[in-house]
Amino acid sequence: MNNQNEARDVLLDLKNIKKYYPIQAGIFRKTVGHVKAVDDVSLYVKKGETLGLVGESGCGKTTLGKCIVRLHRPTSGELRYKFGNKYRNLLSLNKKESLDARKKIQMVFQDPYSSLNPVKNIFTAFDEPLKIHGWSNADERKDRIAELLESVNLRADYMYRYPNEFSGGQRQRICIARAMCVNPELIVCDEPVSALDVSIQAQVLNLMKDLQKELGLTYVFIAHDLSVVEYMSDRIAVMYLGKVVELASAKRLYYHFEHPYTEALLSAIPIPKIGGEKRQRIVLEGDVPSPANPPAGCRFHTRCHKSMDICKTQAPTFRPLKNDPDHMVACHLADTADA
Amino acid sequence: MNKQDYILSIKDLKTQFKVGKRIVKAVDGVTLDVRRGKTLGLVGESGCGKSVTAHSIMQLLPKAATIVDGEIQFRPKDKPEFNILKYKRTDKKLRSMRGKQISMIFQDPMSSLNPVYRVGDQIVENIRQHENISKKQAIKKTVDMLKMLSIPMAEERIKDYPHQFSGGMKQRVMIAMGLISDPELLIADEPTTALDVTIQAQILDLMRHMQDQLGFTIIIITHNMGIVADMADDIAVMYMGKIMEYGTKEDIFLRPSHPYTKALLKSVPVLGNGGNERLEPIRGNTPDPSEMPEGCSFMPRCDMATEACNKAAPNVDIGGGHMVRCWHSKGGAPHE
Repeated sequence: MNNQNEARDVLLDLKNIKKYYPIQAGIFRKTVGHVKAVDDVSLYVKKGETLGLVGESGCGKTTLGKCIVRLHRPTSGELRYKFGNKYRNLLSLNKKESLDARKKIQMVFQDPYSSLNPVKNIFTAFDEPLKIHGWSNADERKDRIAELLESVNLRADYMYRYPNEFSGGQRQRICIARAMCVNPELIVCDEPVSALDVSIQAQVLNLMKDLQKELGLTYVFIAHDLSVVEYMSDRIAVMYLGKVVELASAKRLYYHFEHPYTEALLSAIPIPKIGGEKRQRIVLEGDVPSPANPPAGCRFHTRCHKSMDICKTQAPTFRPLKNDPDHMVACHLADTADA
Repeated sequence: MNKQDYILSIKDLKTQFKVGKRIVKAVDGVTLDVRRGKTLGLVGESGCGKSVTAHSIMQLLPKAATIVDGEIQFRPKDKPEFNILKYKRTDKKLRSMRGKQISMIFQDPMSSLNPVYRVGDQIVENIRQHENISKKQAIKKTVDMLKMLSIPMAEERIKDYPHQFSGGMKQRVMIAMGLISDPELLIADEPTTALDVTIQAQILDLMRHMQDQLGFTIIIITHNMGIVADMADDIAVMYMGKIMEYGTKEDIFLRPSHPYTKALLKSVPVLGNGGNERLEPIRGNTPDPSEMPEGCSFMPRCDMATEACNKAAPNVDIGGGHMVRCWHSKGGAPHE
């Protein structure tokens, strides 16, 4: 397996990640069930690429992102990360190694209004992580902060300002700079533009692309807006109710989707263009079922327009396509290898 | 076109907010005609005044806001037209208009239903406000409407409370409430922004379907260019309290003429392009509405700005009712 990872230049390899949240009830807080937010997800992230994670609210995309940065500890599974030339499981590191690993994986959050502390100025917000990660010289830290702010097109003297003095787009750029201050290799971006106005979104997206090119960063890009994910990603994983249902290159997914959910999701997105060929819209019926009690068999069968009998009882496995091993699907209808 | 073809004509509407000692011109001279039986899309970024325009039509503004100027001519079918702004907000005429001739759907279905009343009772109350019918008849009408909006087991569901409904279902209830008294104009203020994309598709489909059946006019307010491309017949693009460009859907998407409209279209990713085309962001930020620039409000961010833009731009018809508020389109010649 390691050889295969080497060949693909994999930076992070997620193996059977599960995250279950207990549901507690009664005065003794007895556990009566589990919300299966992420249920057996295996993915890998190549060095220097952007892996997009899309899905509707509650599909587990944010939980998966938080598991990657270890804000949540997965219930089970392995997070194999490449340190130098060795793969180590992030979940079995000792304290010192763990601190070192945190430097390599950072996160940008959805809401730039609540992810900056309003009573600390920008300098303090950047200074603290730098100190923790061993920048002992105060002058060097200050230079570093100035350099970071300039890299996201903000003036260096803004470092003494407070978050309320910035607009939403500026704040999100500050959050990106903050994530970069310890020179990470991988940044998990959780809906980084969904709180921003449309005219500001493009500024932030382009900035992220430029920084990636310049610094060789790897992104896990989480969003519900498929057009944004397509613009940013090299490969896209589509999630539904805690599982990845399809994984393909961004260029391929729009034209050669295999999973009926991907098809419905793509057709549901209103496109800011008129004329051209009329797209057939598939309107899904009903709502997403509760992740505490997901349907048996294929989790999508209750809303699927192509559902068959087998879908109700047997869960499809996540497998590569016969004619394209990089395109993986979990559907009984797909022409997968060794079906 | 005949005057009667327009269900609503807004002329030079100005709505201002008083924030401390400052005056914020949220709506600053909006002129707009809404074609009967069609869908008008009002697009713009947050803070551009699109919601305030809608609330001004309904005269449902907060206390800090005043309509300082303008007229809103409403022409109901088979009834004499009247200027909504001639009446006080509490006037009987407006009370019977709201929810009857003009109804409104709000952005957040979670907070626009009363959590302590049963869903059915909230709709029944709305019917009995406007019509003199028995409670039994009103309940029947409610159930029929919910069935039309494909809410399963409507007879049972009317006894439920809002928290027992999902987001999409709540928005259906809001639409039912809006349509129950057969309005002529439905104002939908970001009706799907709080919903997931697959649910959004359901709700938009439903609104279109109901419009085909009942023939009402829709004003849909959104920041999503995709939704207007999908839903609207006519589109008005708003920026800083003014309509920058107004025209048919084809005018706006195939022949955009205002630099802001063009920039807006270039700054959103289009599905299917595979990230090949680099987005062109609009530089800078939207200015603070209390410190609006003199002259054209888009000037500080506009790539085409010249000396002339220091004066407020005229609203020019560049052909067939395609209105553009820009110095560079004067005389009707598109500026390429």
